[in-house]
Amino acid sequence: MKNISNGLNGRIRRFVRGGRIRPARAFIGFFAQLLLGSALMTQFSPAIRAEQDHSSGPVVVQPGAPGQPTKTLPASTMGKLPPRSQAEVDFMQGMIMHHAQAVEMTAMIPSHTGNKGLRLLGARIRSSQMDEIKLMKRWLAVHGEPASMEMPGMPGMDKSGHPMPLMPGMLTPQQMDALRKAKAADFDHLFLAGMIQHHNGALTMVKDLFDTPGAGQDAEVFNFATDADNTQRAEIKIMNTMLDKEFPEEKR
Amino acid sequence: MNGVPRIALHATAAAVIFFCTFTQVHAQAQSPAPSPSPSASPSAQQPDDEDRNPFVPEAAAPLPPGMTGSDVNDPRAKLSPGLYNAGETAMGMKHLLLLKKPSAFQLGTSDPDDPKVQKMLSQMGGNAVAKIPKAMHLVIAQLAFANSDLAFQGNYLFQGNFYGMNIYDISNPAKATLVTSMVCPGGQGDVSVYKNLMFMSVETPNGRIDCGTQGFPPGPPPTPEEEKEKKRPVPAAQKDRFRGVRIFDISDIKNPKQVAAVQTCRGSHTHTLVIDPNDKENVYIYVSGTSFVRRPEELAGCSAGEEPDKDPNTALFRIDVIKVPLAAPQDAKIVSNPRVFIDPRTGAINGLNNGGTHGKNGKEEKAKDTNQCHDITVYSAIGLAAGACSGNGILLDIKDPVNPKRVDAVNDPNYSYWHSASFSNDGTKVVFTDEWGGGLGARCRPTDPNKWGADAIFDLSNDKLSFQSYYKMPAAQSDTENCVAHNGSLIPVPGRDIEVQAWYQGGVSVMDFTDPAHPFEIAYFDRGPIDPKMLVLGGDWSAYWYNGYIYGSEIARGLDVFELTPSKFLTQNEIDAARSVRVNELNVQNQQKIEWPASLTVAKAYLDQLSRSQALPDNKVAALRKAIASAESSHMSAGSLAKLKKMTPALQKDAGTVKSSADAARLHALAAILEHPAA
Repeated sequence: MKNISNGLNGRIRRFVRGGRIRPARAFIGFFAQLLLGSALMTQFSPAIRAEQDHSSGPVVVQPGAPGQPTKTLPASTMGKLPPRSQAEVDFMQGMIMHHAQAVEMTAMIPSHTGNKGLRLLGARIRSSQMDEIKLMKRWLAVHGEPASMEMPGMPGMDKSGHPMPLMPGMLTPQQMDALRKAKAADFDHLFLAGMIQHHNGALTMVKDLFDTPGAGQDAEVFNFATDADNTQRAEIKIMNTMLDKEFPEEKR
Repeated sequence: MNGVPRIALHATAAAVIFFCTFTQVHAQAQSPAPSPSPSASPSAQQPDDEDRNPFVPEAAAPLPPGMTGSDVNDPRAKLSPGLYNAGETAMGMKHLLLLKKPSAFQLGTSDPDDPKVQKMLSQMGGNAVAKIPKAMHLVIAQLAFANSDLAFQGNYLFQGNFYGMNIYDISNPAKATLVTSMVCPGGQGDVSVYKNLMFMSVETPNGRIDCGTQGFPPGPPPTPEEEKEKKRPVPAAQKDRFRGVRIFDISDIKNPKQVAAVQTCRGSHTHTLVIDPNDKENVYIYVSGTSFVRRPEELAGCSAGEEPDKDPNTALFRIDVIKVPLAAPQDAKIVSNPRVFIDPRTGAINGLNNGGTHGKNGKEEKAKDTNQCHDITVYSAIGLAAGACSGNGILLDIKDPVNPKRVDAVNDPNYSYWHSASFSNDGTKVVFTDEWGGGLGARCRPTDPNKWGADAIFDLSNDKLSFQSYYKMPAAQSDTENCVAHNGSLIPVPGRDIEVQAWYQGGVSVMDFTDPAHPFEIAYFDRGPIDPKMLVLGGDWSAYWYNGYIYGSEIARGLDVFELTPSKFLTQNEIDAARSVRVNELNVQNQQKIEWPASLTVAKAYLDQLSRSQALPDNKVAALRKAIASAESSHMSAGSLAKLKKMTPALQKDAGTVKSSADAARLHALAAILEHPAA
């Protein structure tokens, strides 16, 4: 693993002649945009209709809606991507912030509780959310976008200079304080209730993404959001069962 | 593949850096690939570090106690990397052809000298040819152009793609040629063909009824007021959006026409063609949807209730059945939504859970409800279907294809995601696959247990499945190769149960599961990773046998064609016997019963097997071979045939005394052929 990591850095550094990884990322982003730009450009160029060739050579065709004729496209046709949606970028940036809180919450577990079941659950949530944070950062890097929606150089501020709003389901500073101060069973309870709230927020974010016109069309974002949704639903189910079992007096 | 593209994003990024290296190599006049100097790096202990390189593959978890990993000494374990020039190795099969993905299915081209790139660059007003990463064009949005499943008809091969379909002429398989590139995005492009109809699965939200590539425009940004109140406009239902199963008329192979597009609530991740032997007027399509449920504003009647007691019409916990009238395919429509997970005692429609012990990251995971099928294989000849349904393998009675009834369900503590299934030809065994990690993860590393992400072989009798063993492609693969059990088909070698199967970048593996408790590998092909430093999505999605050849759908590279070669595990006679089986159409998930001709070719295959297993002594084998050769050389003279016939009673008698039931069946089959060999 280590070799690989450094191999990459080494390559990037060489490529940008001694630059740090950030310029390299910006460079990657530039190319991503360049290509997307060109894809869009081709899209607007007038479609040339070639005569359909039934004798020899491959054809490129594009069917119409049911009952409509099929068009023949020029042999030079290249693949195009659906339009980029700012909502996809916002979703990835927002979900990084959202996931970061889950990671912060799970980091408290070892010092706050001895509950074995909760420790295992926390380890799994931590592992999958860290994994996904990495995935989202990669996607943003490749698309030339920053990993955070914060204003550069102004942590905690959004791009309009207002304090960053919390993502859906994120625990308020007060809730986080209460969690930090709780121990043992009290912590277990607050953690489970908090993480269920937190995960439900993620489901809201996924729903909002797919409910936003034009969003979720990127194949990678589609697959990630679909997977995050499935995973977190399953975890909510597990956490509800734990709550029922360990805090049966609690009527939710 | 299920929707878990953790690594897909590596692909894009990887391509970028991959090419950066490539450019440099190019500039240095073909000097060896640079070997970056290792030094300290961010470790797994500093996961929250902002600057941790997101492109590095995840560290493999240690091998769990009591488990065995993949074989690091296998020749496949350390092949050199490359997109088109990776190292290759094979046993018992020969790679005949790789046809690169057509340019209509790539975002760019791999050759900067290509006039198309020049044109693109001039359009952009730039001349930075030297700076354009070549391979980056191929993979910047790799999943959007990924090749997927295969179907076959006559001399045509249909290769699905997230962006549409490619149709190849395979009348000369070693010189297959592209006939038609059909642009029609929507992922995954799972494909089936039946006579003049072609079916295609669509699930992603950029799918359009009119096959347009433009997707849907992003909505206007929220107004300041909406922003302030955090109110989101209810999205307009996109009447042009398509998620479901498309139906094309392919009477003109160069001009497929869309005749119907049947919308479903969850789209169609995969689908299965179902032919009811008692219904000549219609075919049916089983739709497996695995992603989000659409809003009712867009498709009436769709709801996504997690708790079926509160939402009995939920689009979860079901499959959809489409009926396609052959005389009027435009009238195809959903005719039922079978609740295949129902608990027959309580009536609960979420009546199955997975009983699993490990999740997609190899961590412990508790049972969760099964709410989707990933893929279903129907075997109408025996009236059964095997469903691979995320948390369970299920067995369905499909004698009434519109109303399949679950007759058995299994789970397995080592299974993460039940992905696909195939029956043995006699219907006494089922091979399930576990797509642990979603198909985009490296799951054949030395520390990945060989019971995880593997095939599970079950005996099937009296509608009951009973577990026998696991089979996993045995060679260790690197952490930059996505590898896990994926799609395969039977190879029609008489007298044996043999499956060829794709393992993504783990290559193609051919397995004998005649004895379901002891499956073993008899042939393989593998090439090195696309990239050595990060996982670039690729490898064979499906590997299917069709009329004498094996075809692999390579996600990133294109279309692979192979043939089997004789080895100690498989004789030329067995290969010839398999090649003598011809079908007009192949949709692997609509399994057809293989029938062998009563030919001497097939007889010789049985004889080789009886010799290999020593069920017949060498002198008897030699005598039979001689008699068969004499019949062949005399063009089936009456005398030679009479001689063959005279040898059959002894074979029938031997069948009663051999130890193995497989050998007994071979002896009976051999005797039957020798009794009346077909010319």
